[in-house]
Amino acid sequence: MSETNLSPSNRVPVVERLLTANEEVAADNRVQFHQRQIKVGNIMASPGAGKTTLLLATIAAMPGRKIGVIEGDVASQVDAEMIATTGTPVVQINTGGACHLDAPMIRNAAKALPLEELELILVENVGNLICPVSFDLGQDFNVGLLSVPEGHDKPYKYPGIFEAVDLVVVTKADLLPYLDFEIDTFRTLVHGLNPDVPIFVVSAKTGEGMEDWVAWLETRLGI
Amino acid sequence: MHEMAVTEDILRIVTEHAGQGGASEVTDIYLVIGELASFVDDSIQFYFDLLAPGTVAEGATLHFQRVQTRFRCRICGHEFEPAERDWLCPECHALGGEVIAGKEFYVESIEVR
Ligand SMILES: Nc1nc2c(ncn2[C@@H]2O[C@H](COP(=O)(O)OP(=O)(O)OP(=O)(O)O)[C@@H](O)[C@H]2O)c(=O)[nH]1
Ligand SMILES: [Mg+2]
Ligand SMILES: [Zn+2]
Repeated sequence: MSETNLSPSNRVPVVERLLTANEEVAADNRVQFHQRQIKVGNIMASPGAGKTTLLLATIAAMPGRKIGVIEGDVASQVDAEMIATTGTPVVQINTGGACHLDAPMIRNAAKALPLEELELILVENVGNLICPVSFDLGQDFNVGLLSVPEGHDKPYKYPGIFEAVDLVVVTKADLLPYLDFEIDTFRTLVHGLNPDVPIFVVSAKTGEGMEDWVAWLETRLGI
Repeated sequence: MHEMAVTEDILRIVTEHAGQGGASEVTDIYLVIGELASFVDDSIQFYFDLLAPGTVAEGATLHFQRVQTRFRCRICGHEFEPAERDWLCPECHALGGEVIAGKEFYVESIEVR
């Protein structure tokens, strides 16, 4: 064997996927949540798409459900403070520059939640349409939000997220009359990538479409 | 900004495989990265230059093989690379398709001495 090592360099096949360490922690998170019969949703969208506002409206619309929230932001506590005013258990993760949440962050954050009391954890990922998709957290479902002002052509630029999600919510629907957002074009592009994904058109401000979103969440929880 | 964690992972994998082969030096690292995997070559290179010194991979050259996104048409099965704003199947003009390439993200091989 050692003789062959005399050649100046040897190609060694590796073929090993990167970031599998994150996936191992995510799989463990999933087990931990399932043992406690908790469903976890990962909410992904651009900065300012209306994630926190939708969470607040969701909490108000589901008073019978024991919801916990994990807020991911690069910095600041403001989103968690907003959620806390509703009396909902909430943990703020500050990623300190990182553009996404990862499974170890969720594992730590979950320790600060009263897991025995919860049936649903909604995770607000860091505002970003690209990076969060690559990091499994241990969630049961992925929701992609796109706000009307961002434009209907976003699937062309960010196919990864629209392909990865179990539900798409178009937020700020009350702004549709004022902007050139072509909802049919948007639907066609999303369904080109992800043919069966439901697309709800919602305004957290007026309440339009909230019942579809809440009913979908109820289905995730099972009865 | 997550290229630092990725680079640490690259070094872990490379060190493991070099160790198994009894190599004293890794000269080249071949990475395969799909267009849809959110990783920036320059940024991985930046962290590599920072983290590799003192490891078996010190001074190694990083090679990035980028993989284009490919769709498989859901209507006719044709496989094609979608253009930036044109997702129509060149065969049957259906829009979109199943993503069959573009998400790759792995260390393909290394060259050792
Ligand atoms: N018109 C309208 N504005 C909304 C709606 N939902 C949210 N907004 C506004 O959009 C802005 C951003 O909303 P947030 O809920 O903070 O968005 P976010 O996605 O949580 O933002 P980050 O956490 O900073 O990324 C705020 O000024 C909201 O009032 C809506 O349904 N209609
Ligand atoms: Mg927010
Ligand atoms: Zn076709």
